[in-house]
Amino acid sequence: MEVDLNKDMKILVVDDFSTMRRIIKNLLRDLGFTNTDEADDGNTALPMLKTGKYDFLVTDWNMPGMTGIDLLKTVRADDDLKSLPVLMVTAEAKRDQIVAAAQAGVNGYVVKPFTAAVLKEKIEKIFERIDA
Amino acid sequence: MPSTVMNELTPSQAAQSIEGVEGFERLLKEQTSQLKDLVDQGDLSSALSLISEINQTRDKTLYVEVGRLTRSLYESIRDFQIDCGDAQSREALSKIDDASDRLAFVVDMTNSAANKTLDLVEETMPYASHMKDEADQLKQEWQKLRRKEMSPSEFRDLTGRMDTFLTQLGNDSDKVYKNLSSILLAQDFQDLTGQVINRVTNLVKDVEENLVNLVRMAGKVDQITGTVHDLESIETNMDGEGPQMKREEREDVVNGQDDVDDLLSSLGF
Repeated sequence: MEVDLNKDMKILVVDDFSTMRRIIKNLLRDLGFTNTDEADDGNTALPMLKTGKYDFLVTDWNMPGMTGIDLLKTVRADDDLKSLPVLMVTAEAKRDQIVAAAQAGVNGYVVKPFTAAVLKEKIEKIFERIDA
Repeated sequence: MPSTVMNELTPSQAAQSIEGVEGFERLLKEQTSQLKDLVDQGDLSSALSLISEINQTRDKTLYVEVGRLTRSLYESIRDFQIDCGDAQSREALSKIDDASDRLAFVVDMTNSAANKTLDLVEETMPYASHMKDEADQLKQEWQKLRRKEMSPSEFRDLTGRMDTFLTQLGNDSDKVYKNLSSILLAQDFQDLTGQVINRVTNLVKDVEENLVNLVRMAGKVDQITGTVHDLESIETNMDGEGPQMKREEREDVVNGQDDVDDLLSSLGF
């Protein structure tokens, strides 16, 4: 089913590697999302999230400073941010970690290396479920 | 090269080490029965000197083991720092004198190659979309012409546009081709980083071998001194670990996105 996504939504991409941020931004642009910003870890992302009115957060797990899982927990504990959809795009592949992310309230989990199709599918699934 | 010397030295060191402790055990066994005999015979002074002899042997063995342990530790540390490449590649990598610098070099090279590739891709994509857009529009016009639905003035517009498009197509294809060649060349890092990583891998293997011997020797020292270590169990933590190797051999790791999806749907996702 083709989901009608809001192409204007504001997305924050958090990854400590600039190349990965660029790749994700390019893939998002191919999907029609051009309103994207970048942050290199949770500490940088958090103030942006608090003031920037973002609609969607795409984050890596393993980053110096604040990790993605801590960012997710902080977001879920914040009254203003707790309903923000979060997609984790990470190389972390241990079952325990995926369970922990699910328990922390992640909306989707993509393991690296990933394809454009997987990213698209997960984003659609997240918003399909939210809209439902 | 010190690393080769170390490799030859270590197994014999380990063998000596084991021999030292086994010798001590053998001696201890022999002398214990001797001691029992002496005590039974009531020769306490000989018995006491035998006990002191056993102690001396134990101390001597202990010192030898601790000495080996220290030397092995020192050599492991030294080997980790030395350059184990040949003279020629040392020359090429003269600015890089330890493993972490080398790995930082790999990170830099891969980073710059990835950025270069991304730059070129981002520069090339608009050419492709422009070509497609223009071709789509011309196709519609062309079909109109074939259906004989075109007025003479529209036809003049079309021929002009076709001229521009063909010229543009020639130029843009050149740029796309040039960028693709540059992307091709940007992959040359693989050769250099591959060499560096192989060398660091060898270094790590050497160090690991030495550390294994070190642990073995430390075990012997513990045996002689009767030391029992209180090893704390390793807690499972939720720190990131990075990409998992040999995923298919591990139970606790997912094997790709399908596994992640299965796991999440089993959790009610």
